[in-house]
Amino acid sequence: MDTEIKQYTVSVYTENNIGLLNRISAIFQRRHINIESLNTSPSEIEGVSRFTIVINITESQMKKIQGQIEKQVEVIKAYYHTEDETIYQESCLFKIKSDLLFDERQIQNIIKESNARIVTVNKEFFVLEKSGRTQEIELLYRELSVFGIMQFTRSGRIAVTKDEMKISTMLEAFQH
Amino acid sequence: MKETQTLKNKEKSKKVTERISGSEAVIKCLLAEGVDILYGYPGGAIMPVYDELYKYQDKIHHVLTRHEQGATHSAQGYARISGKVGVAIATSGPGATNLITGIADAQIDSTPMVCITGQVGSHLLGSDAFQETDIVGISTPVTKWNHQITKASEIPEVFAKAFYIAKSGRPGPVLIDITKDAQFEEFDFSYEKCTGIRSYIPVPDTNENDLNAAAELINNAKKPMIVWGQGVILGEAEEEFKAVIEKAGIPSAWTILGASAIPTSHSLNVGMVGMHGNYAPNVLTNQCDVLIAIGMRFDDRVTGNLESYAKQAKIIHFEIDPAEVDKNVKTDVAVLGNAKASLRALLPLLNTNSHKEWLQKFKDLYNIEYEKVIKDDLHPTKEGLTMGEVLKEINMQTKGEAAIVSDVGQHQMIACRYADFKTTKSNITSGGLGTMGFALPAAIGAKMAAPEREVVMIAGDGGYQMTIQELGTIFQQKVPVKIVVLNNEFLGMVRQWQQLFFDKRYASTEMTNPDFVAIAKGYHIDAKKVVERKDLKAAVKEMIDCDGPYFLEVCVEKEGNVFPMIPTGASVSDIRLE
Ligand SMILES: Cc1ncc(C[n+]2csc(CCOP(=O)(O)OP(=O)(O)O)c2C)c(N)n1
Repeated sequence: MDTEIKQYTVSVYTENNIGLLNRISAIFQRRHINIESLNTSPSEIEGVSRFTIVINITESQMKKIQGQIEKQVEVIKAYYHTEDETIYQESCLFKIKSDLLFDERQIQNIIKESNARIVTVNKEFFVLEKSGRTQEIELLYRELSVFGIMQFTRSGRIAVTKDEMKISTMLEAFQH
Repeated sequence: MKETQTLKNKEKSKKVTERISGSEAVIKCLLAEGVDILYGYPGGAIMPVYDELYKYQDKIHHVLTRHEQGATHSAQGYARISGKVGVAIATSGPGATNLITGIADAQIDSTPMVCITGQVGSHLLGSDAFQETDIVGISTPVTKWNHQITKASEIPEVFAKAFYIAKSGRPGPVLIDITKDAQFEEFDFSYEKCTGIRSYIPVPDTNENDLNAAAELINNAKKPMIVWGQGVILGEAEEEFKAVIEKAGIPSAWTILGASAIPTSHSLNVGMVGMHGNYAPNVLTNQCDVLIAIGMRFDDRVTGNLESYAKQAKIIHFEIDPAEVDKNVKTDVAVLGNAKASLRALLPLLNTNSHKEWLQKFKDLYNIEYEKVIKDDLHPTKEGLTMGEVLKEINMQTKGEAAIVSDVGQHQMIACRYADFKTTKSNITSGGLGTMGFALPAAIGAKMAAPEREVVMIAGDGGYQMTIQELGTIFQQKVPVKIVVLNNEFLGMVRQWQQLFFDKRYASTEMTNPDFVAIAKGYHIDAKKVVERKDLKAAVKEMIDCDGPYFLEVCVEKEGNVFPMIPTGASVSDIRLE
């Protein structure tokens, strides 16, 4: 039995229906598995939604959960991948006091080096946006928190696979 | 793509439509799906549908149960004996929540069922309106699929989908919630049965290589053993299954829900597996070289401790639900697909065989079990009546042709162990959920679906009282079910555990019971109570001979135990005989 806990990114292709989020998240809740991040969006196929879910579990648990997810009537297909098999991004926003931008030279360097982007600036605050891998965002957070962060928010992970995933052709096979 | 869509639209527009209300549409959908009976309980949020039921009463029979839980169990009993979809209907709020136990039971036992609930008007959704509950949210984890309808025009498509999902593939319960305004709203109705859903593959394809691999393992096995489950019955694969075991000469044991797929008396039927199953199949699970699981899911009550379950054996799993493969027990070969089709394809690949010596081992262990347990259960010499002897008497007088509907507890294990099943779909019980109160309403549904069959319900004094009010349904509907209560004045199964594992501390398991005969008679049901062995035969005869419903209370020994038994966490081979 494998006991190694790894991070998996699960991609679930589904019909776009009310209540499905509830059904899918319940699969994790029931097994007492914490969802690290969850994102839903349209997919490359018209009318098909995609869930991207990040969890830390063992591979055998992962396989069982994949089966349980696919068992849902409105789920078309579920895949799981390790971190090395995906190209992923997360996105975050920082709200920071405007004074700091001018008083703390270091902040300007951090912004430049981290490839973050200033979304807006006004008298009170400025907003910084950064997309990247988890660690990059965590690093930026650590660097900025020294100066004080008024607000911080981070998106769910979005990911594509390194391998070609011919989901569209696969989907044709499901078209009865 | 565009073209086909317009074509489809054109075809649709050609279809005959009629302008009717949502609630009338509900009835028409049910009729189109061949529903002629439904079980339910009215209330404010479902009144428009009930009003239509009144108009359509010559076409569709509504059975007023005495509690919504009763409606679900009746629908389950109906479905289990007929193989058709059972239908239950309730109002919003408490009506809907009362359905949940039956829905959960149907989900875990793969029973095809459609539940219809009324809901408050769509403008009130989420406002904590009178009798509003989020029944779609509440039922999500225990339904195969559910959906809320807020517009009448959704009704035909959702109903078609619901019936298709409930009965296809691995069957299960579906819930449709309909807001009151959608019941009133008028629209142009037309109905088309559902034949497929893009995202849903009810039956996975069977892979020929897997079949060949399975056949090779079976052909080379010296000590093969089959454990079959309800998948054989749900897949209507009884004939194929019998042909396979007979050709390959494989001793075959059943899970509680697999019971009756082949007759009890079949020479290759070696009994029940699991916690209170038979000695031989449990012990020999840990000696066989190939274990073939067919339409069963390795429930923990079947496997005992997984760490020591059939470790020596190669495991083959015939299964319709891919999520069951490797869920509990790692398989060597998994054959996906419907049992009927895959067993049919397997048959020509198998060598003719008999495994005489191996089969003899089952017989030897049966003899041990007979001496230690069965003899005393069926032919007791001590004073108190045993549950086993009551079963034996029922077997004799129904010639093993009755459908046995059992509740949950000691009597259930005794009923499943000792009932003599001659025909398939004869064992109706709550397996996966173990729902006390299941039997009485389920027996109603079973008898209504198969009036030609003798339906005998067996319950304990505890479970019987959980749905005892359904005697009212029996009386009003004149359902001639035979009701047997094995009264030990205890919650027997729990008391047994207390005796064995809690130093006989009988915490809250003793029952002071009412006059059950008087209660039955209060519902105008013929009734008798038996306290002595000498009266048993005549009483069972009177019950079977009775044309109407009949209640029989048998006072059995108070502290009788069910053996064999695999204590929780123990290995199947550590099964105790005493
Ligand atoms: C709804 C429900 N509540 C509690 C239980 C736990 N339980 C399992 S068996 C049992 C005792 C059953 O007693 P009785 O109906 O008298 O049958 P007996 O075991 O005596 O044959 C209980 C309480 C259950 N299975 N279902």
